[in-house]
Amino acid sequence: MAAESVPPPAVTRRPLAWSTPLTYALALAVAAVSIAPVIYVIVGGFRTTPQIIADPAGLPDPWVWDNYVRVLTQSDFWKQAFNSAVIALGTTAGVVVLGVCAAFVLARYTFRGREGLYTFFTLGLLFPSGAAILPLYLMLRDLTLINSYYAVILPQIAFSLPLTIVILRPFLSAVPRELEDAAAIDGAGRLGFLWRIMLPLSRPALVTVGVLAFVASWNAFLLPLLVLGDADLHTLPLGVQNFSSQYTSDTAGILAFTSLAMLPALLFFTFAEKQIVGGLQGAVKG
Amino acid sequence: MTSTNPILSPAGGADAPSAGLRPSRRSSVRAAQTRRKWYEIVGLTLPAVIVYVMFVLVPMGFAVYYSLFRWRGIGPPTDYVGFDNYVLAFQDPIFLDALRNNAIIVVGSLVVQGPIALAVALLLNRRFRGRAVFRLIVFVPYVLAEVTAGIMWKLLLTDNGTVDALMRSLGLGSLVRAWLADLDIVIWTMLFVLTWKYVGFAIILLLAGLSNVPPELTEAAAIDGASWWQTQRHVMLPLLGPTIRIWMFLSMIGSLQAFEVIWVTSVPAVRSLGASATMATYMVDNGFFARLWGYGNAVAVILFVISFVAALLFQRFLLRRDIDGAVTGRVN
Repeated sequence: MAAESVPPPAVTRRPLAWSTPLTYALALAVAAVSIAPVIYVIVGGFRTTPQIIADPAGLPDPWVWDNYVRVLTQSDFWKQAFNSAVIALGTTAGVVVLGVCAAFVLARYTFRGREGLYTFFTLGLLFPSGAAILPLYLMLRDLTLINSYYAVILPQIAFSLPLTIVILRPFLSAVPRELEDAAAIDGAGRLGFLWRIMLPLSRPALVTVGVLAFVASWNAFLLPLLVLGDADLHTLPLGVQNFSSQYTSDTAGILAFTSLAMLPALLFFTFAEKQIVGGLQGAVKG
Repeated sequence: MTSTNPILSPAGGADAPSAGLRPSRRSSVRAAQTRRKWYEIVGLTLPAVIVYVMFVLVPMGFAVYYSLFRWRGIGPPTDYVGFDNYVLAFQDPIFLDALRNNAIIVVGSLVVQGPIALAVALLLNRRFRGRAVFRLIVFVPYVLAEVTAGIMWKLLLTDNGTVDALMRSLGLGSLVRAWLADLDIVIWTMLFVLTWKYVGFAIILLLAGLSNVPPELTEAAAIDGASWWQTQRHVMLPLLGPTIRIWMFLSMIGSLQAFEVIWVTSVPAVRSLGASATMATYMVDNGFFARLWGYGNAVAVILFVISFVAALLFQRFLLRRDIDGAVTGRVN
């Protein structure tokens, strides 16, 4: 899309209409690369393993439901989905509650050491959970938390806090001072102000950090891999990995299991996409 | 690190308005207010501080301590070996391979994802019907769990699998390789999967940055007779600078930690030969599964120090400009 003629300024108030076919062609190409493998996996779940081996790139012929039925009825899918849900919801609740409390103080209180405390939290952005995973495991072992939901939830909350505070603080400090004064005149303390005015006003930001924490937790693999040795506590990512290494020859089954495991995240994201983008927008803008 | 992170901005604080009381009582009321204020500050921040210190900072401190011992993880560590574990790591060719692979992933991600993401973001920033759907689709790989994406690509890239069949049907059969088994190729296959997985994140960030560009600027450019392309090049791109640098920063840190996709997609045998190992997979393989806890923790410290230094250098030399920048520096 190199050179093009310049339309007269008067017409360009809503520009960019000229190249729609080219735009669509490019957009379609990008979309195809993004989603074709995913569609392949979902459709592949409707084939049989012999079909897949005979023609890896073919379509189901005939369509079989057996793989999906098998995964949903015979595997540990539901148990693992439940574990994933408990851990993701626990993480999300913890991140939002702890994050909003800390961010509120950092945004609305003036006190000595405030910027120091903020820097202290942002330092966490440089402590990736990956690097800390071995000592984290040892510590959780000493606390006898291994093989419990807490072993995943607590570290996930801790590692999500820095980004949460970074996203929430500008939101909370953007609420006009006048509202706080008005609340004070009406007899609300600062906690009342937080509860009755700040939380409702900052709902979009709360949803954003909630969604980010939920998706990160739902997809997490390394931490559960180390701390959830007990198969009864396995989450979906562990389940997918186990299923695929346990039934290597059952390609169709793996495809079906993988599809079902990614479905919740996809649905969730479809509903929450605006929130994620909106929240990141706030973070980028600062 | 100082508080000079560009995505952070100083926040406006607010003190309670002083009540119009008589001077004699004002000071005691003030004191009570101050005390109450500090109770609130401590009460509200303490839970977060405790969880954060306990699970983020303390483990890293322990890693340094454990790394000085030869230790199988049973009982307290007693066999003090000084810095031997670090020396061992840098003498192990597999670890050096892992370092090289991390470097390939860091540089490769930046060089490949950056231009793609920029092009797609500019494309999806245009107004056209169905844009929302395209945006959603482009983000799909980013939302998938790393494990799911890894297993998916493992199946697609397997010998005589779908990718091979597709290439043969397109007449590219001579280019087919053992994507996951050829020791010289596997790291590039990993880079491909990582690109597919994470380019959506770069696109999200850039789209967010683009939507912050005031429409007045593009309109002014249009009035001055700039073509769409010129507007992107001379107006959008410079304004995107800060966002691009933030993405580079996050991408770099992420690439240094690369674990899941490689762990799941590449065969353990290939990984253990170093062909696809990264620092993180090497650390988990040796520390957790081989139970060389002291050694594993030394690798953890190396990984952490490399990430930390890279982050500091990046902040120092590339992100600092953004704090002074008029566009990102503004406070909400």
